[in-house]
Amino acid sequence: MNGAPRRPTARGVGLRLRGLFPGTSSGYLGSSFFELLQQEFPLGSAATAVVAPAGAAPVAVPHGTTVLALRCSNAVVVAGDRLATEGYRVASRDVQKVYATDDHSLIAIAGAAGPCIEMAKLLRIELEHYEKIEGEALELEGKANKLSQMIRANLPAAMQGLVVVPIFAGYDKRRRMGRLWKYDVTGGRYEETEYEATGSGGLFARESLKKSYRPDASREDAVRAAIEALTDAADEDRGTGGVDTLRGIYPTVNVCSEAGIEIVAPERVAEIHRELIERRRSRA
Amino acid sequence: MSMPFYVSPEQLMQDKAEYARKGIARGKSIVSLEYADGILLMAENPSSSLSKIGEIYDRLAFAGVGKFAEFDQLRKVGVRYADVKGYQYSRDDVRGKALANAYSQAIGEIFTREWKPLEVELIVAEVGDDRLAGHEKNAIYRVQFDGSISDHTGYCVIGGGVDSLLSYLSTNYKPGLPLGEALRLGKAALERAVNGDFRLDVQNLEVGVLERQRAGRKFRRLSADELRGILAP
Repeated sequence: MNGAPRRPTARGVGLRLRGLFPGTSSGYLGSSFFELLQQEFPLGSAATAVVAPAGAAPVAVPHGTTVLALRCSNAVVVAGDRLATEGYRVASRDVQKVYATDDHSLIAIAGAAGPCIEMAKLLRIELEHYEKIEGEALELEGKANKLSQMIRANLPAAMQGLVVVPIFAGYDKRRRMGRLWKYDVTGGRYEETEYEATGSGGLFARESLKKSYRPDASREDAVRAAIEALTDAADEDRGTGGVDTLRGIYPTVNVCSEAGIEIVAPERVAEIHRELIERRRSRA
Repeated sequence: MSMPFYVSPEQLMQDKAEYARKGIARGKSIVSLEYADGILLMAENPSSSLSKIGEIYDRLAFAGVGKFAEFDQLRKVGVRYADVKGYQYSRDDVRGKALANAYSQAIGEIFTREWKPLEVELIVAEVGDDRLAGHEKNAIYRVQFDGSISDHTGYCVIGGGVDSLLSYLSTNYKPGLPLGEALRLGKAALERAVNGDFRLDVQNLEVGVLERQRAGRKFRRLSADELRGILAP
């Protein structure tokens, strides 16, 4: 029998190839990076929630505090403070809570900082991966829905205190408008038509936005409203970091419109904050 | 009981190689050129949706000729490999050499083990980044149907009319060309692959560039309009 040519196998060329390529052993065929990780690397990736043994004491980890998003004319503004706390202590003063996930969408995170930042990173790769595999990008709603599934997969960890509750926002090119979604720990996804704020100071930021929100607001006015809301939240909530003039740390403010994502310069944020303080001082 | 015919390994490999070569020769060529600000990949492709050129990662691009289903599968496997590696380590750890080697091993393995070899030929292009010390150089790798791998400086060609294209490029290519001139050279080379007085329509060109100066994802497709603008005399 030696030297006989092998018969063609029923398994296609593609399947064999996937077995040979490093890091792609079980032959995942879809377009999702998250599912690829779940199937090929069940251990040690954020795609599979870490579960502590029953009865284990909850771990103290840094938490991100207040983030918000609001719609304005033809755009959406996403902002967040910079503080991370561990219990009553400051864990970090200049943590980043607003991340661009692609050219036209952003995620703002509140909750356990580690899993939150990991999820932001994972969503970014997820969107890029889909675009490269399929040859075209997901619709904004598709991106929001994918995030929903990722949060749901984190539920076991959330039950142990490692909560991830982001806001997802972006510019919908098909409908030509800014849109935003909030989430709960079960992956529940709720589109907001006006504004949303979450995290420890979220309630106060929402109260502030309730007063200042106007649906047809200019971009500049919306940025002002966002900074005011974060300032109000920092005023009422000890976990929210306001403007740190000593170190020159300012809240992150991003505007997402048809043209893409624009990061408002820290100098401009400082200026708007100064005007706000002046206004309030003159009122007193 | 029937005994299978004896076929010598030499004969077997020769037959497979001939089969693969024939399949690849039926297709059009792809040319890759280093220009002043990056690397360009150019293919004749009348289809606007079935791409032969694609993005793999921040600094990596892919081009394939031969059977579409086969090289597109290879492209997707490459994207998965790169994204996983970049997620587990860092984005700067995803390098062209490792990817080209992985392709070479996988394709070579299929060539020796499988009944039917892959009828494909690939280019993996990696553009350098001046912001990363030690990663400034460009690299272009060519992987053939039997897994043999080679690296090229300046230009690289895969597909049917490789020989005539290479001889044209070897006399006309100069390092450090601006994008417009590199595009014109690439187009002229592809036209050279077809006998006679053949002119390629911009509509039938698929062009991707890896732009050295661009931050993050450096791959970009050039649209027909953009090409027309650049190529206009």
